[in-house]
Amino acid sequence: MISVKDLHKSFGSFEVLKGINVEIKEKEVVCVIGPSGSGKSTFLRCLNLLEEVTSGDVLIEGDNLTDPKININDIRSRVGMVFQHFNLFPHKTVLENITIGPIKVKKMNKKEAEKVAVPLLEKVGLSDKADAYPESLSGGQKQRVAIARSLAMEPRIMLFDEPTSALDPELVGDVLEVMKELAHEGMTMVVVTHEMGFAREVGDRVLFMDEGIIMEEDVPANLFGNPQNPRTVEFLSKVL
Amino acid sequence: MEFITESHYYRVMPFLLEGLVWTLLITFVGLIIGFVLGAIFGFARLSKNKLIYGIATVYVEAVRGTPILAQILFIYFGLSDLMDVNIDKITASIIAIAINAGAYIAEIVRGAVYSIDKGQEEAGRSIGLTRNQTMRYIIWPQAFRRMIPPLGNQFVISLKDTSLFSVIAVGELLYMGQQYYGMTFQAFQALTMVCIMYLIITVPTAVYLRRVERRLDV
Repeated sequence: MISVKDLHKSFGSFEVLKGINVEIKEKEVVCVIGPSGSGKSTFLRCLNLLEEVTSGDVLIEGDNLTDPKININDIRSRVGMVFQHFNLFPHKTVLENITIGPIKVKKMNKKEAEKVAVPLLEKVGLSDKADAYPESLSGGQKQRVAIARSLAMEPRIMLFDEPTSALDPELVGDVLEVMKELAHEGMTMVVVTHEMGFAREVGDRVLFMDEGIIMEEDVPANLFGNPQNPRTVEFLSKVL
Repeated sequence: MEFITESHYYRVMPFLLEGLVWTLLITFVGLIIGFVLGAIFGFARLSKNKLIYGIATVYVEAVRGTPILAQILFIYFGLSDLMDVNIDKITASIIAIAINAGAYIAEIVRGAVYSIDKGQEEAGRSIGLTRNQTMRYIIWPQAFRRMIPPLGNQFVISLKDTSLFSVIAVGELLYMGQQYYGMTFQAFQALTMVCIMYLIITVPTAVYLRRVERRLDV
């Protein structure tokens, strides 16, 4: 479903990604872990072209993102993204945050879009906040709205960029719960995270990234239980 | 001196009201055009295209680096001379305000758009909105809110700048005051009333803006 081949990404003369190769199957939940500065967020952002790819190929359901003729807006509507800092639209209500995608991209009318949005709000447990503005929500609530906003586009893939890193510890659980539910429903997910518990429990596979490459990848039980690469061992000893 | 004996404070008013109408007309029409110019050149200043950016930068710096008095004379006398036509005084005044305010508003627009968190654009683009849709529905509404206080400030500045057009004998507020004391020699009373007329517009605007600013702050 996602196929990344020899992906390189440089900012100026600084090479952040030094050749990433990975295949992600439909319904797979892949967690990406690694120290900060390892390139994991950059890798994730290359999957919907928020970062321009320097060289290599990124195929999403067979469409090569590096093809200059590709309709990137169409791809992005199929690939949802959840950000560390939520990035909700502060001038729009919760409901409007969720419906703007369906209305402007899918050309639904307001009623149709709300029919999509209301069950999603229920799913993330925020039905009572439909008419609230983002500033009145807690961090955890904001992130759940952001997830609902992405889901409203009915994406085939969801990307999560450290979705719980900006949250107070007691708010992390609600967000992870929603993500777990998504995983169980069979959503294809790529999750950059520091939540090792989540990676172990929900991930089908864990990628350990460092210095711009994937140092090690395995099912969680092996990667956490019996890491092979010394860098992985060192990293895990610090975070676990 | 017959100071308060005859109330020129009162007699000057019909002149000044007529002047005020022209002052407000020039300010409003000039600023509406100036806002359009400012939006266009403000976005041009955000452009990655070097030519577009360059043209906009030349415009902004040329206007901000020259006095508006020179600009009005340039438009009214300079351009008439060059093109061998007579530009109507009011038209020249409106053009001068538009071009002058346009440059300052361009910087207001640029700054406001630039101040919106990059994550907003990324969030918009990531749900599939095009670049233009993201600007129109996500960035611009937020940027516009931030532009209200500096735009109000520009309104006050441009309003006061119209007084300079008295040099080309536009019948705006200050010029009408001058006309009055030219006939009556009552400069103190006439100019006092002129200033009060300006203050009647500018002070409430400033108070209102401060209130808006405080509301946006929270």
